[in-house]
Amino acid sequence: MEAPALVQAKEQPKLIVSIGPHMHDEESTAKIMWTVSGALIPASLMSVYYFGMPAVMVILVCLVTSLLAEAGMQWLLKKPITLSDGSAFLTGLLLALNLPANAPLYIPFVGSVVAIMIAKHLFGGLGYNIFNPALVGRAFVLVSFAKIMTTFVAPVTTFMALDAKTTATPLVILKEEGIARLLEIYHTKAALYQDLFVGNRAGSLGETSVAALLLGAAFLLMKRYITWHVPIPFIATVGILTWIFGGHDGLMTGDPLLHMMSGGLILGAFFMATDYVTGPSVRSAQIVFGICAGALTVLIRLKGGYPEGVMFAILLMNCFAPLLDRAMRSRVFGKAEAKGVKK
Amino acid sequence: MEATTVKAKDTFSGGVHPADNKQLTAHKPTVTAAIPKRAIIPLSQHIGAPTKSIVVIGQEVKKGEKIGETAGFVSAPVHASVSGKVVALGNFPHILGMDIPAVVIESDGKDEWIGGLKENPGYLTLSPDELKKLVADAGIVGMGGATFPTHVKLSPPKEKPIDVVILNGAECEPYLTSDHRLMLEKSKEIVEGLKILMRILNVSKGYIGIESNKPDAIEAMTKAAAGSPEVKVWPVKVKYPQGAEKMLIKAIAGRTVPAGGLPMDVGVVVQNVGTAEAIYNAVRYGRPLVERYVTVTGRGVREPKNFLARIGTPFSQLIEEAGGLTDTAAKVISGGPMMGMSQYTLDVPVIKGTSGITVLPKNEVNTNSYGPCIRCGRCIDACPMKLQPSYLGLYIEKGHYEDAKAYNLMDCFECGSCTFVCPANRPMVHWVKKAKKELAKKKN
Repeated sequence: MEAPALVQAKEQPKLIVSIGPHMHDEESTAKIMWTVSGALIPASLMSVYYFGMPAVMVILVCLVTSLLAEAGMQWLLKKPITLSDGSAFLTGLLLALNLPANAPLYIPFVGSVVAIMIAKHLFGGLGYNIFNPALVGRAFVLVSFAKIMTTFVAPVTTFMALDAKTTATPLVILKEEGIARLLEIYHTKAALYQDLFVGNRAGSLGETSVAALLLGAAFLLMKRYITWHVPIPFIATVGILTWIFGGHDGLMTGDPLLHMMSGGLILGAFFMATDYVTGPSVRSAQIVFGICAGALTVLIRLKGGYPEGVMFAILLMNCFAPLLDRAMRSRVFGKAEAKGVKK
Repeated sequence: MEATTVKAKDTFSGGVHPADNKQLTAHKPTVTAAIPKRAIIPLSQHIGAPTKSIVVIGQEVKKGEKIGETAGFVSAPVHASVSGKVVALGNFPHILGMDIPAVVIESDGKDEWIGGLKENPGYLTLSPDELKKLVADAGIVGMGGATFPTHVKLSPPKEKPIDVVILNGAECEPYLTSDHRLMLEKSKEIVEGLKILMRILNVSKGYIGIESNKPDAIEAMTKAAAGSPEVKVWPVKVKYPQGAEKMLIKAIAGRTVPAGGLPMDVGVVVQNVGTAEAIYNAVRYGRPLVERYVTVTGRGVREPKNFLARIGTPFSQLIEEAGGLTDTAAKVISGGPMMGMSQYTLDVPVIKGTSGITVLPKNEVNTNSYGPCIRCGRCIDACPMKLQPSYLGLYIEKGHYEDAKAYNLMDCFECGSCTFVCPANRPMVHWVKKAKKELAKKKN
């Protein structure tokens, strides 16, 4: 039966119809990505302070190449171009902070191309990549240009140029020559820790200043963009295991502070291992992820061929993220009760 | 807005904190809406079998006269909400988004109750079965929005003994204040309704759960329950979806309703405070459910208000009485913004489960497209049922409904917390509804 018109020729307003909820909080992917990039500003500035113009160039090449690679790849794959979501910018910045300042500029270029085109887009783009793109980019250039990538220079004396004299990072010295040699260079442990904390040492751009990294990390923790579940177990595991096994005079004689503040651990734990896409999203799985990454880092540092190990530890753990998520998903509300299991 | 809140720690784990926007109407006393010239009364206003019309076009009816007869146990009769003449029988727009059978009554303006309504001043001396029959005959359904026939909830099987009745005054849905106003204005009636419920179920423990952001309601209800030691007013934490049945039971009784189960599995019956008030009116005065509190709110109406409105009043009339739509009004929601349903026409009528009409202006309507899941885990933290909405979304997006089911799709009650927090703006609730429909289709 036809329904008679109830409202006489009154114009109906144009209404938007959709499934609820009809409210949304203020967060967005772009806001998160740009905020994380913002949290890396202190570390970036410190790298420029210590390494001068060469650091600026490495950062610039990484950012520009990453953005171009993202746009180019999306154009090739006929996907919408999403530079404004900030994810390519963040990958570029993270990669830059993982490179030495003295790297010739083709290295940041190649690293960025590999990170964005291969590690990110060939796996499906944002949200689908298995491995942290910036770390894949760094792993690629590390094994491809091993000599350059493991040659570091001391912080600059003049802004425009780096000292031609190369030097080893504290962890390389520790690995190859022992703690005695490190103390010879820095005189006292306090001086060593202090330099590590403010960043006055050889290393990748972003691994130098622990203070600057912690400042950014604290901001992200406060905004709840990252949580403690990955970074704290990660760093604590490295500290505990290096204390137990890291010394030359038997068990419990290692130097946990030295290990915790070097080799990119702070950068890796707070900014790379916390990557949403490549890490687990279940909180308990994140703790396991952090502990395992820490253990792998120590294994590589103490027994492996590389002095630092954070990068490979995170990449290896990236493979396990989906499995951890699946294995550790929380019990559904009332599921145990439904099966007659007592709480 | 009230500055003080009562301290409350009882709650559930998970949940979100949307801006409640209740200040638009919380302080405004309820006004009685005009009697609709034409009341459109759908024959199905509840979960369960639709009623069958027992009137014909041209028939004169009185207010409270039964016009829709139940068809089965899980059903509730429908009554005329105005006195006048039946002018149409047919399919009319319903808040569910489709046209369903309804009776249209043209009001004669006299607003006369049907004769023979039986008053029961000594209602608490009636037997549980007599009381239950009065509730069933009055067409009372869950007025919090679920619209489940109340008498069914009051008839638990023998092997499920009930020992707790909880009245739900949490009103966790943003914007809505109809339950809040009802608790302020009809406190006594609500407490009496609860006592009737407790008598029907032979229960000695009654709670009234109220979110702690309504200190005045907590005070009013506490005062109303002062002479009744068996009734306790129980403040609960402000968190969405605190008013969801399972979450409220967890917070107040500390019991966990089994997945796929019902509150009666843990000995609890939950009823909305509005339902309790309707029960009181039905039992004490013999009046069927013909009107209810409706909040008309949002920045898309000029003068947000709380109304006492007849069932069958078109949305358009209530919106006019609330000053009309603003120039930027863009979305009209039956209910609140979290679980409410957006409407394509203002011709839809108020039904027994309509707690509010929320009108959002254009700038508050999210029309952004969604992006890929970045697996941030916010939805997992927010889900009150401890599901993994991100994975549900990923599976359903690709049409893997069975996999979604393995990820506990059926335990989702579509509160929308996951979608509210998703930074990629992914429509998880939309997908969950879709997957449930697709799976049901396959089953048939």
